Amino acid sequence: MLIENKKSGIHMREKMINCIVTGVGGQGTVLASKLIASSAMNKGMKVRTSETIGMSQRGGGVVSHVRIGDEIHSPLININSADVIIGFEPAEAVRFLPYLKEEGTVIVANYPIKPVTDSLSDTNYNGADMIRYLKDNVAHLFVLDAETVFAECGSVKVLNTALLGVAAASGVLGFSLEDMEEAIYEKVSEKFIDMNIKALHFGAETFLKQNGDNDESNSI
Amino acid sequence: MKMELLMGNQAIAMGAIRAGVGVVTGYPGTPSTEILETIAKKNPGNIYVEWSVNEKSALEVAAGAAYAGQRTMVTMKQVGMNVASDPLMSLAYIGVKGGMVIVVADDPGPISSQTEQDSRHFGIFAKLPVFDPSSPEEAYLMIGDAFEYSEKYNTPVLFRPTTRVCHAYATIEVDENCYEFKPEGFVKDSKWVIFPRLSYSNHIKIEERQPILSKDFSSYIYNSVIGTGKKGIATGGISYAYTREALSNMKGECKLFKVATPHPFPEELALEFLEGLEEVLVIEELDPVIEKELIYLCGKYNLNIKIMGKHTKHIQNAGENTVESVTQAISKFLKITVPKAKKAIDLPILPVRPPVLCAGCPHRASFYAVKKAMQGKKSVFSGDIGCYTLGNAKPLEMVDTCLCMGAGITIAQGLHRVEPDTINFAFVGDSTFFHTGIPGVINAVYNETDIVLIVLDNSTTAMTGNQPHPGTGRTMMGNVTEKIVISEVLKAIGVKHVVTINPFDLENAVIEVKAAAEFKGISAIVFKAPCIAVAPPSPLSFVDKEKCTGCKKCIRELGCPAIVKDGDKVKIDQALCYGCTLCKNICPFHAIGGIDVDRK
Repeated sequence: MLIENKKSGIHMREKMINCIVTGVGGQGTVLASKLIASSAMNKGMKVRTSETIGMSQRGGGVVSHVRIGDEIHSPLININSADVIIGFEPAEAVRFLPYLKEEGTVIVANYPIKPVTDSLSDTNYNGADMIRYLKDNVAHLFVLDAETVFAECGSVKVLNTALLGVAAASGVLGFSLEDMEEAIYEKVSEKFIDMNIKALHFGAETFLKQNGDNDESNSI
Repeated sequence: MKMELLMGNQAIAMGAIRAGVGVVTGYPGTPSTEILETIAKKNPGNIYVEWSVNEKSALEVAAGAAYAGQRTMVTMKQVGMNVASDPLMSLAYIGVKGGMVIVVADDPGPISSQTEQDSRHFGIFAKLPVFDPSSPEEAYLMIGDAFEYSEKYNTPVLFRPTTRVCHAYATIEVDENCYEFKPEGFVKDSKWVIFPRLSYSNHIKIEERQPILSKDFSSYIYNSVIGTGKKGIATGGISYAYTREALSNMKGECKLFKVATPHPFPEELALEFLEGLEEVLVIEELDPVIEKELIYLCGKYNLNIKIMGKHTKHIQNAGENTVESVTQAISKFLKITVPKAKKAIDLPILPVRPPVLCAGCPHRASFYAVKKAMQGKKSVFSGDIGCYTLGNAKPLEMVDTCLCMGAGITIAQGLHRVEPDTINFAFVGDSTFFHTGIPGVINAVYNETDIVLIVLDNSTTAMTGNQPHPGTGRTMMGNVTEKIVISEVLKAIGVKHVVTINPFDLENAVIEVKAAAEFKGISAIVFKAPCIAVAPPSPLSFVDKEKCTGCKKCIRELGCPAIVKDGDKVKIDQALCYGCTLCKNICPFHAIGGIDVDRK
């Protein structure tokens, strides 16, 4: 699958790629969107992105819009237009479903972050309900078990690169694991490179293991 | 030339550096902050850059430098322009020698602001040219043009991006050559001293200049008319990007007028656009500025053209436009059916995530101490602009009023004049104290108004991303300077009761708040503890499951994002905890303690 991705490089895609990266402030969505943008630019593509900055960063939901292609005007993705949603948190992935295309892909980590409002009231927000909802409503879904990422990579801070590993291995972004690695070497500060590369590969391997190379119908 | 992915604000900064800017001043404010920060970061070495104490000071420092012939830039958010409007209005009459660009970022939505005011009106009000970029790459080039026009007409110019341009990133071809600009220096002349007679004669010149600028702008490269037909769309700023996107999605054909300089309005080009049209839809955010100009022109030239937009309710009056909202408006206007939006899926009930004070934030401790001290007493808490506005949320609920920078201190005084028996507290952050807080304190001292001032000193300008201020002892040039100590300022301006205390020393903090509330006349407490973003974390807190009874007092009273329910007990999320110990201090069962573990 990885080899296939290389062959179907982004230049060969006629359409643009719209990707939404969403999570909760502090989870590293901004770095993830920067790495996607940088991988695309290394391939000579033009990129437009848009980030949540300001008051809403304080524990609020955050979203990055990443748009790749030559003829793009708006920095924001329209509803019904995202090819892929990368969700760092189950409820945040669900929140942005109206942006997803009919045949779009959702890659999500199953680690719920409970907001203060939930602890104060008795709403009992539960990530599992959100994952179930995604399973019922999304055609192409991949759920990354966050606990295994934390256990294997030793940190909660690399959930972002693990998710990018899944995205790269699945081919939804139009570029390969190697492209993403290159972006990490360029954009991540030196002392964090190794752990991010490890997480990237962990994400990719998890995807390949769960989907099985020979079973096309199972892939996202 | 090399391709870089730049944020709109970075693009504005890089464009200004390319244009040879020599002095840059400003006050932080979303969505404008990164412009000045980028200048400081990419400073080739010959630019003087400062965070000024407020926008008025920033504009005046830049004006002085422009009098001496330097190319200068001032940055602020839209409400900052209200503070800077006094020098702005007069400077419009005096003019400048070196190019002076005032960047004022508007925030449709609003996303992080008190108002949805439209800064293009400041251009109209002060009769200054206004530039309105529609994308980061356009902003990169347009800022250079703004300097050129400023020098050509010896006038400050406004440059007005909006949030979606400021905070959008685009692939931009960056020119590494900088225009070399040598200021001539200040030349003494009576033209720099504003007197009524000078103002009268300059007013005449400004009025004469308006039609000349309008004509000049009609051939300005970023103002354009494209397309054909009997229907036309007029737009500008980010709405132009949405319009292009919507038109290309629906394969719509019409005449399209892009307005990059809403003031003075490019009349000749507008007439070219209106020629042969029957109907026009105007798509813009905030106020109907382009719309009113077109309606005016139709009246002036007796044109029988229907102008539609905000006044006809074809475009919303408040909030930001989106590709979706613009698509809907254009599809009705051009009578093109667009594929119906996929049935709005019935999403399950989602957790709400309002912004909250960070785990470990010292403001939480300060608010909690005041709340405890005032339990059962009649008191009102006037807040101000900054992270601490978030103290308004449950469970603290410690912000009863919030208006504008520095207003908490003076609103509290007004409240006191009506209900003198209520204890009126005013909360102000350190940066806001320096910005516009001090005159309000002097007002209370002078007029003998009995309020309690609480300064939340976290040693940074936190809300906008931790900029230095006069109390931090650091400048944007990297210099270490004298720290201005807030408690000393308060004593010097006549506050007789001033106490400085760490809010995490909860027991003593509560005692000090009670004492300050008893004091007759204005009293002040400076709660001093650094923002978690500028201080290293302490040993993290953990919950002893044996001792925790699940009473949830910590959750109910503090609302800290790191404390979460765990079955019928609570746990502390180690990824969020900062080890502030506030929860440890309030747990009635001593179930919370610190442990020295490495933060992952």
